[in-house]
Amino acid sequence: MRLLRNRAIRVSGVILLVISVFALFGPWISPNDYLSTSFDRSLLPPSTVGAHLFGTDDLGRDLFVRTMLGIRVTLMVAIVASFVSLVIGVTYGAIAGFVGGRVDAAMMRFVDTLYALPFIFFVILLMVAFERNFLLIFVAIGAVNWLDMARIVRGQTLSLREREFVDAARLTGVSTGRIIFRHIAPNLIGIVVVYVTLTIPQAILVESFLSFLGLGVQEPQTSLGALVDAGVNQMEGAAWVLLIPAGLLAAILMCFNFLGDGLRDFFDARHVD
Amino acid sequence: MSLLRIKGLSIQYGDTVVVDDLGFSISRGESVGLVGESGSGKSQTALAVLGLLPRSASLSGSIRFDGTELVGAPEQTLNQLRARRIGIVFQDPMQALNPYLRIGRQLREILVRHKVAQGVNIDARVIDMLTRVGLSDATRQVRAYPHQLSGGMRQRVMLASALIAEPDLLIADEPTTALDVTVQAQILELLEDIRDETALLLITHDLGIVAGHCERMVVLESGRVVDAGPTTSLFASPGHAHTRVLLNAAPRIDTANIPPPATGASVFGVEAAAVSYKAFGHERLQAVQDVSFSLRCGETIAIVGESGSGKSSFVRAVLGLVPMEAGRAVYAGAPLQGPVERRAKNQRRDLQLVFQDPVSALNPQMRVQKIIGESLLVHEPQLSKRERAARVIEALEQVGLDDSYLCRYPHELSGGQAQRVAIARALVLGPKVLICDEAVAALDGSVRERVLELLRRVQDDSGLSIIFISHDLAVVRSISHRVLVMYMGHMVELADNSSLFVRPRHPYTKALIDAVPVPDPIVAPKKAPLRGEVPSLLNPPSGCVFHPRCGYAKDICALELPVARDLKGTRVACHRAEEIDLSRQS
Repeated sequence: MRLLRNRAIRVSGVILLVISVFALFGPWISPNDYLSTSFDRSLLPPSTVGAHLFGTDDLGRDLFVRTMLGIRVTLMVAIVASFVSLVIGVTYGAIAGFVGGRVDAAMMRFVDTLYALPFIFFVILLMVAFERNFLLIFVAIGAVNWLDMARIVRGQTLSLREREFVDAARLTGVSTGRIIFRHIAPNLIGIVVVYVTLTIPQAILVESFLSFLGLGVQEPQTSLGALVDAGVNQMEGAAWVLLIPAGLLAAILMCFNFLGDGLRDFFDARHVD
Repeated sequence: MSLLRIKGLSIQYGDTVVVDDLGFSISRGESVGLVGESGSGKSQTALAVLGLLPRSASLSGSIRFDGTELVGAPEQTLNQLRARRIGIVFQDPMQALNPYLRIGRQLREILVRHKVAQGVNIDARVIDMLTRVGLSDATRQVRAYPHQLSGGMRQRVMLASALIAEPDLLIADEPTTALDVTVQAQILELLEDIRDETALLLITHDLGIVAGHCERMVVLESGRVVDAGPTTSLFASPGHAHTRVLLNAAPRIDTANIPPPATGASVFGVEAAAVSYKAFGHERLQAVQDVSFSLRCGETIAIVGESGSGKSSFVRAVLGLVPMEAGRAVYAGAPLQGPVERRAKNQRRDLQLVFQDPVSALNPQMRVQKIIGESLLVHEPQLSKRERAARVIEALEQVGLDDSYLCRYPHELSGGQAQRVAIARALVLGPKVLICDEAVAALDGSVRERVLELLRRVQDDSGLSIIFISHDLAVVRSISHRVLVMYMGHMVELADNSSLFVRPRHPYTKALIDAVPVPDPIVAPKKAPLRGEVPSLLNPPSGCVFHPRCGYAKDICALELPVARDLKGTRVACHRAEEIDLSRQS
């Protein structure tokens, strides 16, 4: 497959796959669970003794299982948030770009208005107003990310709309909806896929940031951000509590960024040949 | 001794051979035409001479320029030669000129770099050169940026930059392909003027240009030289079958092999159509004004004119893609009005459009089957999947393609195949009026001939009426029954094919015809019939819009807009149409 001939895609894809498989199945394989605490086992360094591969935290919980769990949550938040932004952003942007004129102006001014809202303030408000839960994080991140997507898709649609195959479709009487979904949308795929892979790390960062501030996932549930937050307190004396989740977070972010770059090259190449 | 001698030149990209064992030579002061269809390796050869091939190309053989071997020569040697001793003009001057530098600066750079002139001399030389290539008001224009000049002016600047260091050889790669015919004639005249001092390698697909401007020609086919020799003798007796194919495919404006007049009933008509666009500020740009004609069943009417004449705006308004400002269009007794989305279903089925650029007109993400089948889905939803597939195949066969093309994507098709798919899409619904907007302009000679033949056949079979928009009068001559000439949005002349080309009534028509190069070396190239370029539509001339460029203009022409009137079967809008005789003596 041509996709796999690109080295950036291949390497980062494999690393992400390995991390995801571990995150999915690791907690099953490990004899430990993420909940049980024990002061005897507080802050053990990584070792095979008792299968604490990544050591334990200050409450004696197994860090391997907790990290795997954190990755699950982080990846899920990122993927769901990106999906939300994808669906809303592409639909919104494609409609604004294709219909054009006043509709376009009104829709884009609305986007501009949302852009002006201070994001962190918005999230804190949401957290205070509603009970803290998982769903809210998805909503908060998705609600912000789709704005960029909408702008990008709108710009692309504006230029696609001028292409003659759209005129050809209009002339034969293809309905507007069908033109958007059958003629415009498939031609947006390249740019959208690339943008989504770049949105994922952004969502991960936002989630980690929120968890780090204590606004994200709540104990005993965890995410990579929350783990890093906990690790910072143990930085002196038990560096692994910080370094392992932080290192994995960095690895995941880098892989998604490389994947995005690789995909961009891949779609560019298709343009050439 | 020859100035440039190419021997056994081969260029390869990976396993693909684009130029194979090619050889020819050019003597001092000689002009040689390099002809061939797209992909025959013409431009690759030119780039090889200049040492500008991409790194991925592997090069073998020998290119000797005035005793220096260029294949494998160090970059420094090539740099010494380029611009100083070998000048180059590319097809698209907008891409070849730096948009951020004033044109004067770009010319100075060459002189300074090669130490051709020094000090105060430089500016004088730049202005002198720009004046020589016909840039009006060169002292002021040296300060212009490329985007402030028209296409023709940019190409003149390009030519100036190629010639300013007085090179021994000028390579011109399709120098006039992007230009209007009247401007092309002016540029070719310039090339003619410099021939005493400079050898010319003219790369072109247009045999008319070669016939008029080259002493020898070299014919390429898929990277090989198939024929070479003096232009006159090759035209008289081509040595290779491919040369004959190229010659036969070159349409001639001066031979009469024209279709007899059509006699069917009128199916389509336009009355006083006008289109305008909002320009910057509150001004409106009048793109089309007062165009009227009617079209018979089975008739082809050609609309010709230079860029900016309003041809495309006119058809877009007729089809409802842009609003028509005034006037009306009628199809089969019913008015065509409103945007295309609100038009009656039969109107949308019976009027079909074929675009100029097939690559842009086909959705790159759809397979041929879906591209053609989509209109059936809209207009004949009762068809079963199998019936629809059968109709698609039928349409493909009509345009000379078979069902192996069904599953291809547009990028897997050649230009000619893609255009045939676009035509199949237009024909699948069995339209009554087909509008071709420069539909053959982007195609190679032999492919173009096949597409035109196809249109003629469909017309004979089904009584299709065609509105054929083109800037190429030679093609128009061979396909149309009647011709409508437009200039700056105005209809200046409407006449039968036979009378228009033999006895044009409007000076502009005459100029257009004279500007077309004739693919026959015996017919001497005429002097460029028109000076200057089409004025801006934002600030059109008073009275007759053509008067500033017209050789027959009188006082009245600057004051009053001429009204179109009938004159012996021709409709013409010229104050002096009755007095002046524009018949072609030949």
